[in-house]
Amino acid sequence: MSSSAHPGINLGGGDPKAQRESETPAFGFWVFLMSDLIIFGVLFAHYVVMTGARAGGPGPSTLFDLRSVAAQTFLLLASSFTYGMASLALKHQRQVRPVAIWLIVTAALGAAFVLLELRDFVNMVGEGGPPQRSGFLSALWALTGLHWLHVTAGLVWIATMLALLSRFGLSDRNKTRLLLLGLYWHFLDLIWIGILSVVYLGGLA
Amino acid sequence: MKDDARSEMRRYAIGAVLSAALTLLAFWAVMSHGMARSTALWIVGAAALAQIVVQMRCFLHVGSSSKREDLHLILFSLVLGTLMVGGTIWIMSSLHDRMY
Repeated sequence: MSSSAHPGINLGGGDPKAQRESETPAFGFWVFLMSDLIIFGVLFAHYVVMTGARAGGPGPSTLFDLRSVAAQTFLLLASSFTYGMASLALKHQRQVRPVAIWLIVTAALGAAFVLLELRDFVNMVGEGGPPQRSGFLSALWALTGLHWLHVTAGLVWIATMLALLSRFGLSDRNKTRLLLLGLYWHFLDLIWIGILSVVYLGGLA
Repeated sequence: MKDDARSEMRRYAIGAVLSAALTLLAFWAVMSHGMARSTALWIVGAAALAQIVVQMRCFLHVGSSSKREDLHLILFSLVLGTLMVGGTIWIMSSLHDRMY
């Protein structure tokens, strides 16, 4: 294909028709991702402004469990990598089976992330830190909760994608959907780097 | 085609290894005792920025071969985000300092 294409893995010269058809949806999806980035950005700003507003409630050192956070970080990073493997299988092997297997691995890692973080949320309530406890906690729950919801929605999307793959195989529309899902999944790991650095590591430094 | 697949595979692997290394660096800065808080925060911030760049390049494939519209969109959003986040933190911390 030509040298200019949308960011994200491109199907390239091996599949020019599917590549062409994915161009406009990919641009539209980048518009969505960037507006999502603005939402997260403002929630980050909100969190930083609210860090001191504890109202006598618990702070980072009582609420955060760095070992659990480290596990979540590596699960999400691994899942971002395995999604990359699904993209490569889509581009080069062009068979449903390897793509579906990598998607299932990605979903398993993502589900482990979601469950670990859910356990952290439950523990936080147990430590006396529900969202309504203080301004700091409201900001914390809004930011981490929205990211958690995004990953959960991503899992639903992967499940839907698997159903679509088994029904329609690697049709051009399914290829486009796989590319967009990939952008979404990698984007969620980018947001997590911000949460890890600002909320967890920044809070405990 | 085979070479293409191999070099793309290598790109994902490099991205994952670099990301893991930068994550470990950030955790080390916070968990090793005896480092000044501001030093640790600088290391965490630099590692985060570096990891975001690595993942944009290796996983999202954003680069000079991307379409100009997309790059404009991403840059514009980053400028807007920086203005809103930076402006908010600046104004609110200044307000905080004047209140107490």
